[in-house]
Amino acid sequence: MLELHKKKTDIAGLTAIWIIRIIFFFLVAALLLLIGKIVIQGIGSISVEFIFDDPKNNMTEGGIFPAIFGTIAVTLIMIIMTVPLGVCSAIYLNEYAKDSLLTRIIRTSINNLAGVPSIVFGLFGLGFFILFIGRGMDNVLETGLLFGQPALLWASATLAVLVLPIVIVSTLEALNSVPKSHRDASYGLGATKWQTIKNVVLPQARPGILTGTILAVSRGAGETAPILFLGAAFFLPNLPVSDLCIGDYCIPIINPAKQFMYLAYHIFILATQSSNPTKTLPIQYGSTLVLIVLTFMLNITAIIFRYRFRKKLGRL
Amino acid sequence: MKEIKIVIKNLNLYYDKKQALKNITLDIPDKKVTAFIGPSGCGKSTFLRVLNRMNDLIEHVRIDGEVFVDDVNIYDKNIDVVNLRKNIGMVFQKSNLFPKTIYENIVYGPKINGIRDKKALDEIVEKTCMQSAIWDEVKDRMNENALSLSGGQQQRLCIARALAVEPEIILMDEPASALDPISTAKIEELIHDLKQRYTIVIVTHNMQQAARVSDMTAFFYLGELVEFDRTTKIFTNPSKKQTEDYISGRFG
Repeated sequence: MLELHKKKTDIAGLTAIWIIRIIFFFLVAALLLLIGKIVIQGIGSISVEFIFDDPKNNMTEGGIFPAIFGTIAVTLIMIIMTVPLGVCSAIYLNEYAKDSLLTRIIRTSINNLAGVPSIVFGLFGLGFFILFIGRGMDNVLETGLLFGQPALLWASATLAVLVLPIVIVSTLEALNSVPKSHRDASYGLGATKWQTIKNVVLPQARPGILTGTILAVSRGAGETAPILFLGAAFFLPNLPVSDLCIGDYCIPIINPAKQFMYLAYHIFILATQSSNPTKTLPIQYGSTLVLIVLTFMLNITAIIFRYRFRKKLGRL
Repeated sequence: MKEIKIVIKNLNLYYDKKQALKNITLDIPDKKVTAFIGPSGCGKSTFLRVLNRMNDLIEHVRIDGEVFVDDVNIYDKNIDVVNLRKNIGMVFQKSNLFPKTIYENIVYGPKINGIRDKKALDEIVEKTCMQSAIWDEVKDRMNENALSLSGGQQQRLCIARALAVEPEIILMDEPASALDPISTAKIEELIHDLKQRYTIVIVTHNMQQAARVSDMTAFFYLGELVEFDRTTKIFTNPSKKQTEDYISGRFG
């Protein structure tokens, strides 16, 4: 006969849950304290002038607009470089490459690339992009010392290599999550491999690719070590912008050959080499707050696109 | 009118070292329904996929033998596989509609063939949906997500999608196995209508379905073709004892 006992308390289960809850509480508390401190100490510095003015008086007054501009410029160019390259690499690896020793080496290398310290990327960028490619271009094109020096372009290129594994891995995950049955259906209707990838696989992979982009943006916008000798400067009188003139019409565009100011770098210098710590401390916190908000805003744009793609696919 | 649509001669298929299909020889008649029956794992689905070269998509598969469709060996080196699959359509066991609108699903085939004219595409959609007995149910929902349809409707939409590329042969791999009895009955009725225009080959593990729906039946066991004859003969007076044992449920 079925006996009905009183429910026994699951001590092990309850202990586990409470340990997890306590750890979670500490993590959230730490995050809130960190953000809270930055907001509280930084909000005082935020004003319209702070965001849109140039720094004045040896960084003790004025705004941080050039650093904001530089961060956005570098990050955007980085994304333009890394996303197509990363997505194409992932498509090749997942859809075209046969399983061989070479492809296994490539996959392992991509994973290992993700673990390389950022300062090493900085040195790589200096040695490869600036000295090798840049000076090489100068020699071939006889442009003197135009490409072989620190510039926005090389900083973006180096950061693009740094975040490449993130984009590739996210895209691979997204491509793999497209069910085989959909590919079969496409082939069964007489589609070629590329038609299947373009019309069935990639549209379904878009949310995952955007996730990779979001992660890449967050990583890239916050990196300081790689751009140390790649073109970041503490103070520049002009924005890295030039006029592109066609006849009489000139439009200002980002000039990738110029140097730039960068929020993450700016915060680093203010914290370590400031001439007047009392005055610059609030500016430090303000800059940090702006960097966090900026990263958040860059991500929100991508998150909105991802939401719309997911909705279109019918899976929210 | 040509009698035989597909001629298969001495077909062998190997997954790596394991032989999955052994020396299959078979003639599939034009504009009739041919059913493949047999217990799980006997190779009937694998053999179905040989007919439109879907096994090419799997690595480590080797095929020996000849398959002639209208006197053309489809395994010849010079054959354009992509074109072949437009001529031989396939409906799978579980509906694999794309996460797009109903309209976009059906016009997927015609569009990749280069048809862009909206009017032409609309006509294709209406024609194939009517042929698949689903027009009334979807004509006002063309821009809805295809996955919002019920299981039976999705499967009929898959058939419409396959018809949109104007194949001559339709291969169906257990098309109703995931459906309820009413949807199954609708699909069987559909097959009966379609065979006037198309050659149909259907794999099914449901013997009663094979008996209801097909004109010819092939019984497979462990990768071999045991018996192939008119459906009425197979189910009332089979020549081989193995066939009779399977039909009467002694094994399965």
